Amino acid sequence: MRSETRPVSAPDASSGAGTGPAPPAAKKSKKQTEPKVPFRARLRRDWQLLVMTLPAIGLLALFHYVPTFGNIIAFQDYSTVDGILHSPFVGFGNFAYLLSEPAFWRAARNTVAITSFQLVFYFPIPIAMAILLNSVLGKRTRAIIQNVAYLPHFFSWVLVITIFQDMLGGAGLLGQFFTQHGVDGVDLTTNPDTFIALVTAQTIWKDAGWGTIIFLAALSTINPNLYEASAVDGASRWRRLWHITLPGLRPVIILLLILRLGDALNVGFEQFLLQRGAVGANAAEVIDTYVYWLGLRTGDYSIGAAASLLKGVIGLVLILVANRVAHKLGEQGIYQRT
Amino acid sequence: MTTITRSNGTRSQLRPVWDEEPSLIGKIGKALSLALIVVVILFPIYIVVLTSISSPKAINEAGGLVIVPDGFSFAAYNEVLGGGVVVRALIVSICVTTVGTALSLALTAMAAYGLSRPGSLFHRPLLFLVLITFLFGPGIIPSYLLVNSLGLIDSYWSLILPSAISAFNLVVLRAFFMAIPGEVIESARIEGASDFTIFRKLVLPLSKAALAVIGLFYAVAYWNAFFNALLYLNDSAKWPLQMVLRTYILDGAPMQTASGTVDPSGLGLAAVPVTSVKMAVLVLAMIPVAAVYPFVQRHFIKGVIIGAVKG
Repeated sequence: MRSETRPVSAPDASSGAGTGPAPPAAKKSKKQTEPKVPFRARLRRDWQLLVMTLPAIGLLALFHYVPTFGNIIAFQDYSTVDGILHSPFVGFGNFAYLLSEPAFWRAARNTVAITSFQLVFYFPIPIAMAILLNSVLGKRTRAIIQNVAYLPHFFSWVLVITIFQDMLGGAGLLGQFFTQHGVDGVDLTTNPDTFIALVTAQTIWKDAGWGTIIFLAALSTINPNLYEASAVDGASRWRRLWHITLPGLRPVIILLLILRLGDALNVGFEQFLLQRGAVGANAAEVIDTYVYWLGLRTGDYSIGAAASLLKGVIGLVLILVANRVAHKLGEQGIYQRT
Repeated sequence: MTTITRSNGTRSQLRPVWDEEPSLIGKIGKALSLALIVVVILFPIYIVVLTSISSPKAINEAGGLVIVPDGFSFAAYNEVLGGGVVVRALIVSICVTTVGTALSLALTAMAAYGLSRPGSLFHRPLLFLVLITFLFGPGIIPSYLLVNSLGLIDSYWSLILPSAISAFNLVVLRAFFMAIPGEVIESARIEGASDFTIFRKLVLPLSKAALAVIGLFYAVAYWNAFFNALLYLNDSAKWPLQMVLRTYILDGAPMQTASGTVDPSGLGLAAVPVTSVKMAVLVLAMIPVAAVYPFVQRHFIKGVIIGAVKG
C-alpha cells in the first residue's frame, strides 16, 4: 500500500541549483522503487523534507525511544542518587521478586479477568451496533444517531467516571431514587463485587459508538449484489446476516481481535487509577496501576519498571503469536499490507 | 483502500426492491434499540446540564440531581467562574490546549508531508521509526525519570512535549497527503517551487478537512489529559481542569470558589447547592468538546479508517 500508491515522483527536476552531477538518468528508471540518484544529489533535492520531518522525529525519539531504553533500570537496583549510569545491575532479580509478590499476581489476575470479561461483553457490541446502524435507511436519522454515539469518545475518563458516579453512585441519581423509596446504601460505584461490570459499562458508554466506525466502513464494502442474489434465492434476513454480513466483517473482526490480544494487559490505565481509591485495590488494581503505585508512590522505580517491561514484552509476544495464528488460518492479520 | 472511505452514509437510498419489508416486531425492536442507544448516551448529559442550571429550590426538592426542569439559576456558574481554583484551571487548560495543539499540528503536518514524498531520502527508515512506536509504549516510570531529568517537573511544557507527537495522527495525515495527486505537486516543482513552498501554498490549503480532524484529535487529547498533570505537576496551583475535576468533583475534596469553599461532603454554601456547582464544573469540561465537535465530526470516518488501515 505504501509504495504503490503513486509513481516515484520524477525526482530532481525541481532543484533549481542543478549544478552537481545529478544524473538525469533517474527519470528513465521510473519503474524502480528507489531511484538511482547519488546520495548527495538526493540530499540536495530532499533536504527540505528532512528538515520538516526532523522536529517531530526528534520529539518522538526523545520521549519515546529514550525512555524505552530507560527501561534498563528494570535490571538495576535503581536509586535516584546514583542515576541510571551508576546504579548497580541486579540481573533478573527484580523480575524474580515480582513473581514472588502476591500483590503483583493480584494485579495480573484482575487485569486478565477484566480483559476476558470485556472480550465477551464489550467486543461484540460495536459489531452489533454497526449492523443495526447500517440497517437504518434514512440518511438523516442515521447521521444523527451516529453523531450521538460518537460523542462520549471525546470525553475524558475523569468526566465519564464522574458522570457514572452521578448516575449510579450513592449520592447519584440511582442512590437518590433508592433513598426516596426507603432503601439506603445502594452504591454501584464503590462495590468491588460489581466493579468489573461497572468498568465494562463505562467502556461501552464511552467507546462502543466510536468502535462502530471501522465496522461500518467494512459493511459498506460488502457488495450489495451478494445480498440481492441471496434474497432472490430466498435467503431470509437472518440468513443473509449470517452468510454475507458476518463473513464480510470477518477480516476486520480478526484484525481487531489480534490488536486486542496485543493490548490484553492494557485495560485502560486512567479508568482504574481514578477508581482505585473508591473501590479498593482488591478489585481495581491492574498491572498499570500497580506499576504507578509501586514506582511513583513508594519509590520502587526498578520493580515498577520491571513490571511494566514484563507487561510490554508479554503484549508484544501475544500480538505476534496471534498474528501468526491468523496467518495460519488464512487470514490477513496485521502488518501484511497489500 | 479508497473505496472503504466512501462510507459517509451512502446507503441512504430507499429499501432495495429485493429486500422484503421487515416484520412489525422487527421494526419495533430496531426502533427501540436505536432509541435506547440515544437515550443511554444523552440522558446523563441532560441531567448534568439541567442540574447545573437549576434553582436551589429545584435541587432541594429533587434531593440532588434534577430530572424535571423546575426553575433555573446560573448562580453555580457565577460561583465557579467568579474566582477560585476552577478559573485558574480553565486558563491553564485553555492555554495548554491552544499552544499544544498548534505545536503538535504544525510539527505533525510538516513531518507527515516530509514522509509522504515517494522515493525521498531516508523516508523509509524514518517512517519505520514512527511506526515502531505503535508496538510498545515506553512505560510510565522511565518517562517520569526522563521528564524529571530534563527539569520539566512543574513546568507546563511537561503537559505538552511528551505527548506532542502522536504517531497515529502522523500516519493518518501522511495518508491524506499521499492521496493528493502527484501531478499537482510535480507541476509545482517543475515551476521551481521548493518543498517548503509546496507544503505551505499547496498541500496545506488542499488538506483543510484533514487538518481539522487531526487538530481536533490533538485538542481533545490535550483538553482531556489528566495523567501527565498528575505525574509531572506537584504544584496544585498549576493544575489543568481535569485534575481539578478529579480532585474536587470526583474525589470530593473541598474546593475554593468565588465566595468561599465548597465542601461536597458536608454542607455547602447556603446560596448555591453543592450539586449544581459540581455539575457546572462538569459542563465546563464538556463544553469545548461539544462546541467543536459538530464542525469536525463529518470528517471522522475518513480519518479513522485511513489511520486504522495504515496503522
